[in-house]
Amino acid sequence: MADKPPDFGATQHTTERLMTNPMKIRAKADGDVVEVKILMSHRMETGLRKSDVGEVIPAHYIQLVTATYGDRTVLSAQWGPAVSANPFLDFKFKGGEKGGIIKVTWTDNRGESRTDEAIIN
Amino acid sequence: MRVLASGLAVFFAGAALTIAAANDDQTGRAMEQIQKYRQMLQDGNPAELSEMRGEQLWVTPRGPSRATLEQCDLGLGAGKLEGADARLPRYFSDTDQVQDVESRLVTCMMQLQGLTREEATRGWYLPDSDIAALVTFIAAKSKGMPIRVPTVHKKEAQIYAAGKELFFRRSGPLDFACATCHSQDGRRIRLQELPNFLDRKDAQASMVTWPAYRVSEGTVWTLERRVTDCFRQMRWPQPEYLSEAIVALEVYLRKQAEGGIMDAPGIKR
Repeated sequence: MADKPPDFGATQHTTERLMTNPMKIRAKADGDVVEVKILMSHRMETGLRKSDVGEVIPAHYIQLVTATYGDRTVLSAQWGPAVSANPFLDFKFKGGEKGGIIKVTWTDNRGESRTDEAIIN
Repeated sequence: MRVLASGLAVFFAGAALTIAAANDDQTGRAMEQIQKYRQMLQDGNPAELSEMRGEQLWVTPRGPSRATLEQCDLGLGAGKLEGADARLPRYFSDTDQVQDVESRLVTCMMQLQGLTREEATRGWYLPDSDIAALVTFIAAKSKGMPIRVPTVHKKEAQIYAAGKELFFRRSGPLDFACATCHSQDGRRIRLQELPNFLDRKDAQASMVTWPAYRVSEGTVWTLERRVTDCFRQMRWPQPEYLSEAIVALEVYLRKQAEGGIMDAPGIKR
């Protein structure tokens, strides 16, 4: 039997993703202000949706995001299920330099975590 | 942050309700706001994540042959990716078929990696599927190139004619054709303006941005997925993945968008 999408519109997010995917981080210095743009790969399931067979899709979302420059924490954010899938985060901080490294970590409600870094240019 | 953007989307949806009875000026202003919303999204298009994953998949040995896809011929020669997508669909002599990027990709997975067609296409419509990631990666390699769909070969000309026929043919329980929604200016369904495919500029704006990340679905949709869903919306029978009917429509639509500068992956509501 040919593999077809279900015969209704909504995309079904029932596949479990065991592996975490890398973030895409861009950091650009303008004077001593660095603008950081981060794309994270995450399903961000609210725990309120049901699958096509009526089962609740368990909550799975990022709870904590931290960004560090050297040993300084430049951003710390607590997130909840209201943040969209594959979140995009844009912020600025002072005191960064070209060539420095910005490190971003997220941790989700299942304890999974991922850290990626980027060079400021 | 996208959180903010979706808040605005709710606001715009409310605004859209009043449009039907409103004058051109108001419609213009609504469209302006929608454009602003799109620009906010464009800055962090999650399709870039699929693109990154697609690149990984492209160079990873997979299947029974433990081969990568690096020798895949998408029409410009084995392994040549730059600009290949902008020239698809086209006729391939080894399969004796006109193929779009998706069906050609599946051919490569079968020929190079030794996968069966079923294995290669399993779950193609699921969020973050391998096919969607690979197609996103391939499409991004045509960024900045003009769409040029060949209709020189006999089979290319035939499938173009079939696509045109399909576009205008009314059928199904709703007596719908693609043209019912897509042959007039300024039409939309809720917030989504519908491209008029008889207008070159409209057709180009639409076709250069597929595949695209669908914010409402939280995943990348390929062009085949888009067309399949159009069939569903018209209550037509669901086409097989990679079927001639879908490729035919793609040929017709891309021909209408000839010369448009590729800007995929896009992002849509």
